[in-house]
Amino acid sequence: MRKNWAIAVFMAFLLVGTAAWAIAPVPAKEIKAGFVYVGPVGDGGWTYMHDKGRLDMEKAFPGLTSSIVESVPEGPDAVRVMETFVRNGSKLVFATSFGYMDFVQEVAKKHPDVVFMHCSGYKSAPNVGTYFGRIYQPRYLSGLVAGKMTKSNVIGYVAANPIPEVIRGINAFTLGVRKVNPKAKVKVIWLFSWFDPGKEKEATKALIDSGADVIAMHADSGAAPQAAEEAKVWVVGYNNDMSKYAPTRHLTAPVWDWGKLYKYTADKVVKGTWKSESIWWGLKEKMVGLAPFGKSVPDSVKKIVAAEQAKIVSGKWDVFTGPIRDQAGKVKIEAGKRMSDGDMLSMSWFVQGVEGTIPK
Amino acid sequence: MEILVPILSAAIRSGTPILYATLGEILTEKAGVLNLGLEGLMLLGAFSGFSATMVTGNPWLGLAVAVLVGMLVSAIHAFLCVSMGANQVVSGLAITMFGTGLSALLGKAYVGETIRGIGVMPVPLLEKIPILGPVFFNHDPLVYASYLLVGFLCWFIASTRWGLTLRAVGENPRAVDSAGLNVTLLRYAYTMIGGGFAALGGAYLSVVYTQMWVEMMTAGRGWIAVALVIFGIWNPLRAAFGSYLFGGVGALQLRIQAAGTTIPAPLLLMLPYVLTIAVLVAISIKKGKGILLGAPAALGQPFHREERD
Repeated sequence: MRKNWAIAVFMAFLLVGTAAWAIAPVPAKEIKAGFVYVGPVGDGGWTYMHDKGRLDMEKAFPGLTSSIVESVPEGPDAVRVMETFVRNGSKLVFATSFGYMDFVQEVAKKHPDVVFMHCSGYKSAPNVGTYFGRIYQPRYLSGLVAGKMTKSNVIGYVAANPIPEVIRGINAFTLGVRKVNPKAKVKVIWLFSWFDPGKEKEATKALIDSGADVIAMHADSGAAPQAAEEAKVWVVGYNNDMSKYAPTRHLTAPVWDWGKLYKYTADKVVKGTWKSESIWWGLKEKMVGLAPFGKSVPDSVKKIVAAEQAKIVSGKWDVFTGPIRDQAGKVKIEAGKRMSDGDMLSMSWFVQGVEGTIPK
Repeated sequence: MEILVPILSAAIRSGTPILYATLGEILTEKAGVLNLGLEGLMLLGAFSGFSATMVTGNPWLGLAVAVLVGMLVSAIHAFLCVSMGANQVVSGLAITMFGTGLSALLGKAYVGETIRGIGVMPVPLLEKIPILGPVFFNHDPLVYASYLLVGFLCWFIASTRWGLTLRAVGENPRAVDSAGLNVTLLRYAYTMIGGGFAALGGAYLSVVYTQMWVEMMTAGRGWIAVALVIFGIWNPLRAAFGSYLFGGVGALQLRIQAAGTTIPAPLLLMLPYVLTIAVLVAISIKKGKGILLGAPAALGQPFHREERD
């Protein structure tokens, strides 16, 4: 009996040893990455663009394979999904929505040998980096176009939910509009949902009925551009080039290129030089940009945009540089001062020129 | 009046997909079958209508395919609930999950595509009537069809022999059976017709209203329809009123924001739900007094021919 026990213990040690040996050294070329998506890849917007970036990354690193899980709620389910990735050998996990923040921290603590990258959050750790893009920069540029194209001086903005990211976008857009057209105002309608094409369309119609002749948007489907096309008003899309929804009316759109960051991160992980950092890339790094201009955008407007873009890319100036006033006319950012990243990430007030309220 | 016309017009437009689903569910429930699968049926309708329109280039054919798909899928529900006597709530929920998943899976390839759907066709002469014209007669043909359908169903349920049979199947299936009619067949028929209408409501969203397909695009409208059946106390006319109220409140809150007032929008969005709860309470109070109001007596109960009650 005793002999059997000894053999069993020996076998167990052998097994554990083999397992440990199998896990430890990962050849640089065979790295697995996991992506946690908040929506379906088929949303044609946010998650769709992340997945495009992921495919870019796979193409650039043939030895790297990645897997995805779609429509993961921003709750404890995210922990289960990330644990599964790690168990299946992923050494790199991307969590692509704000609400995963605390769950990333939780899982990362248990697996110090796995690199975690969290999109749009602010909590990092030795093995957790954060990343986001300065989409407000192209939003500002698209505002310049909208300000030049409006005749009624009323621009409608279909906005999803009142959170700092959306508010920052509305403000940047309005600053662009008012830069070239101080008389124009931007009317905001909140949808209180990220995704409801019917509602997005109805909101666009309401804005057009109230006098808007240019529509901008921060929602996840192409319903707003389509309604604009039908009503023959200009439209600025979002996420990706939305000109197929509004072939004759699409002016431009602030767009994402996540592939830039995914390739950058994969490169560092493959080489073993990855370190935790907080990445917030903008026009300069080409992580964000503008979709091609529509045919109706005159060259004079394109020139203005190019000049402003050069100013931002050079780093000498950024969108939220004073003087900037709030809706009541109070100076919020002093002349010549630049808003800090921290203040930008928690923005909860509208600039002068926005018509609408932020629900508390 | 200037402000009111676009709001009322929007109310009709955004109420129509819900109305189709609600009318379908009224028929199904009148026959004694509860179908909680509306959301899934609407999504399947939206997807199949869109894809069929894209493939054939004919939106009317797309709508027809959607109705067919809705009828086939609700036949599964009928099989489970009517033939097998399964729990109708569970089966309905399963249909919703099935429809949500299947439409998302098959619909992947169609995201971002556009179609030429059915546009607005004002009714000649009638559209010229001040106020009523732009509110009621400046829409697409499916809106007009829904007006006719509401009228037809009111008449059908209340004043025809078929309507009497329908009501009897939901109230007292044994009596119908004694009269020599096939309860199973009737329940199958009305469940499938109801499913067809729900799918048509979904297809209205993708083929007529937004003319695009995206996953989960019904965004809970199927559930609103389930609530509206109770809100309308199983009456097509009141269901129409309820659908337009839901659509109208949605349109109103958007326009209130555009007008720059400070009434909190979530408060308005809550209103139809509060009304539905109020109606539910009212029904249960009246029931206590012995007055039967609407709900078919045999709703949700399977019928077994061989068993004695």
